[in-house]
Amino acid sequence: MIPISHVLVLSALLFSIGVLGVMLRRNVIVVFMSIELMLNAVNLSFVGFARTMDDMTGVIFIFFIIVVAAAEAVVGLSIILSIYRTRKTLNIDEFNLLKW
Amino acid sequence: MSQIWLVPAFPLLGFLLNGFFGKFFGKRFVTIIAPAAVGFAFLQSLVLFFEMRAADGHRLVETLYTWMATGSFQVDVAFQVDQLSGLYLLIITGVGFLIHVYSIGYMGAEAGYYRYFAFLNLFIFFMLVLVLGDSFLLMFVGWEGVGLCSYLLIGYYFEKHSAAEACKKAFLFNRVGDFGVLSAVMLIFVTFGTLNFNIVNAEAATQLESGGILVTVITLFLFLGATGKSAQIPLYVWLPDAMEGPTPVSALIHAATMVTAGLYMVARLSHLFVLAPFTMNMIAVIGAATALLAASIALTQTDIKRVLAYSTVSQLGYMFLALGVGAFTAGIFHVMTHAFFKALLFLGSGSVIHAMHHEQDMLRMGALRKKLPVTYLTMLMGTLAIAGIPFFSGFFSKDEILWKAFSSPLGGGGFWLIAFVTAGMTSFYMFRLIYLTFHGESRVDSHTAEHLHESPAVMTVPLVILAVLSVFGGFFGVPHVLNFLPNGMELYFKGFFAQVPETTPGSAAAEIGLMVASVLLAVIAWSLAHRYYSTSLDAVTALRNRLQTTYRLSLNKWYVDELYNAVIVQPGKLFSTFVLWKLIDQNIIDRLVLLPGNVARGVGSGLRLAQNGVLQSYALIFSLGAMLILGFVLL
Repeated sequence: MIPISHVLVLSALLFSIGVLGVMLRRNVIVVFMSIELMLNAVNLSFVGFARTMDDMTGVIFIFFIIVVAAAEAVVGLSIILSIYRTRKTLNIDEFNLLKW
Repeated sequence: MSQIWLVPAFPLLGFLLNGFFGKFFGKRFVTIIAPAAVGFAFLQSLVLFFEMRAADGHRLVETLYTWMATGSFQVDVAFQVDQLSGLYLLIITGVGFLIHVYSIGYMGAEAGYYRYFAFLNLFIFFMLVLVLGDSFLLMFVGWEGVGLCSYLLIGYYFEKHSAAEACKKAFLFNRVGDFGVLSAVMLIFVTFGTLNFNIVNAEAATQLESGGILVTVITLFLFLGATGKSAQIPLYVWLPDAMEGPTPVSALIHAATMVTAGLYMVARLSHLFVLAPFTMNMIAVIGAATALLAASIALTQTDIKRVLAYSTVSQLGYMFLALGVGAFTAGIFHVMTHAFFKALLFLGSGSVIHAMHHEQDMLRMGALRKKLPVTYLTMLMGTLAIAGIPFFSGFFSKDEILWKAFSSPLGGGGFWLIAFVTAGMTSFYMFRLIYLTFHGESRVDSHTAEHLHESPAVMTVPLVILAVLSVFGGFFGVPHVLNFLPNGMELYFKGFFAQVPETTPGSAAAEIGLMVASVLLAVIAWSLAHRYYSTSLDAVTALRNRLQTTYRLSLNKWYVDELYNAVIVQPGKLFSTFVLWKLIDQNIIDRLVLLPGNVARGVGSGLRLAQNGVLQSYALIFSLGAMLILGFVLL
């Protein structure tokens, strides 16, 4: 039996990697993947708790998150695609038109 | 049942019909409705007048409803007819009706026919409210209303610059007076706890100390209001300019009715005023000074209406002199006779102006008596009346005032002398007007001369009726000393006005003597006017050249308008421009208003830099914030 602390540490590590990826990477696809990583880090802690507490609520939550993430991936990727078609770049620093 | 409310209701209905429907229903509709409204009001006034004479205490009161009631403060909308308002009712509706009829002819060719009659009806309504109201508040409603109508009718030819200026001037000068009335009304409410005239008059002697400061202040404030409405020094200058309005308006509002509202108020509160000898003295002094000043200006004016305007100011001064020396009956008597002959003179001058195609300069008239015989004869009657020629109406009322100014304990020889000199001037300038207009050689230009014609009957019949009243109206108040008729005015007002203490009847010989003196003076002034103006103007030109300075002073109205302009208007403008506008408005108020806006904008322009469009900096701030919250929760 893997103790809950192991699961949580792994989840925290994955989450932090995701956050850093969102903040530091320039390629918008990688940023997007980092967001998915953060979502799955959360999923991991959910499943860890569900197992320890023997409660299926956490597992059901995961199904919801996966469905929402799939939908989000569709929307996100199509936005990226249309930005790429107009700007011919994937560098996130160039997507700075929405400002004062 | 007396049904007092009907009297103002008729003109109000006339105003509503003419004002809202007159334009659509056309001229004939207005021609019937407007005079009929006033005519019915006159008939009802007659009925009320005789009912009032028969009633106990000569007073009819009719409470319509309670206007406002808060705590101890209650004002009813109540009309009352007593000796004073009964007489005013007859003057307003009677003379008003004649002037309405006259206007049909005079204003016939005007485009704003319905508008004119609507305002005229509205004026009659407000004037009736003014004299019928039994409390200060209702009187004040009428007081403001007649001011409004005066403004609207002076500015009837609003497309003319001078008329637009004149109506503003009249309104502003009246505002100064209204301030006085309102202040007095508030003081009276504080003192008496009521605004009802009868209670104030009845309790004045017990509530207020005779000659005390409070009663003096109240009466002075009221008198300030009266000087505004009745055109006395220092607020008289609007009345001559008010001649910009149509001539029947001058006759109705600025000679017969509205300008006597100030006198009405003082007479209405006689029991209050006699408690303040200082104010009474002030009224007499101002009245005498106004009478003399205005008469001296009228001597040289060449505009026919301006002569009459200054004459009106002067005669109003006479009436105030009478009130000031405690001769309330004589003052109100003169209000009545003056309403007859001055309305007649104004309407007569209107008939002349009508015939001359709106020429008002007497130097371009002359020898009109053959062309305008009815106008000439009726105006001559009015002139004889105002000049005080024996047995015309003005003779009785004016000599009553002269005698009271001399004999009353509040009067004196000085007052008499001023009034006496003024009477001489009055006779001179009125006959000057007659000679310049109707006698001598014709100075009319040939084009106008071809079209000269007597006015239609609708204008001459009112003139004739007013002339009859001007000739015989004086027999209501024959002085005791002449003793061939009882003094109707004194019997009529018996016990109504407050009595000035220690009134002595004076010697009959002195009264006769003064009377003869004033008649002699009037005749001498008449013959002087005859000498200078009846044939050629050479003699008067020579006289004018000899007396250049005096002539200039009188012609330019003693430079009072210029003085007011220099002392009040210009400093007021400078103060408004540099202190109120440039300093206070621009620097303080504007800045205060702009301050919140500028602060919000400054803060916003700082904060918006945070929205730099770089997605990752948002993510950074977002995660730092999340960590901060997490830190607070965990630690």
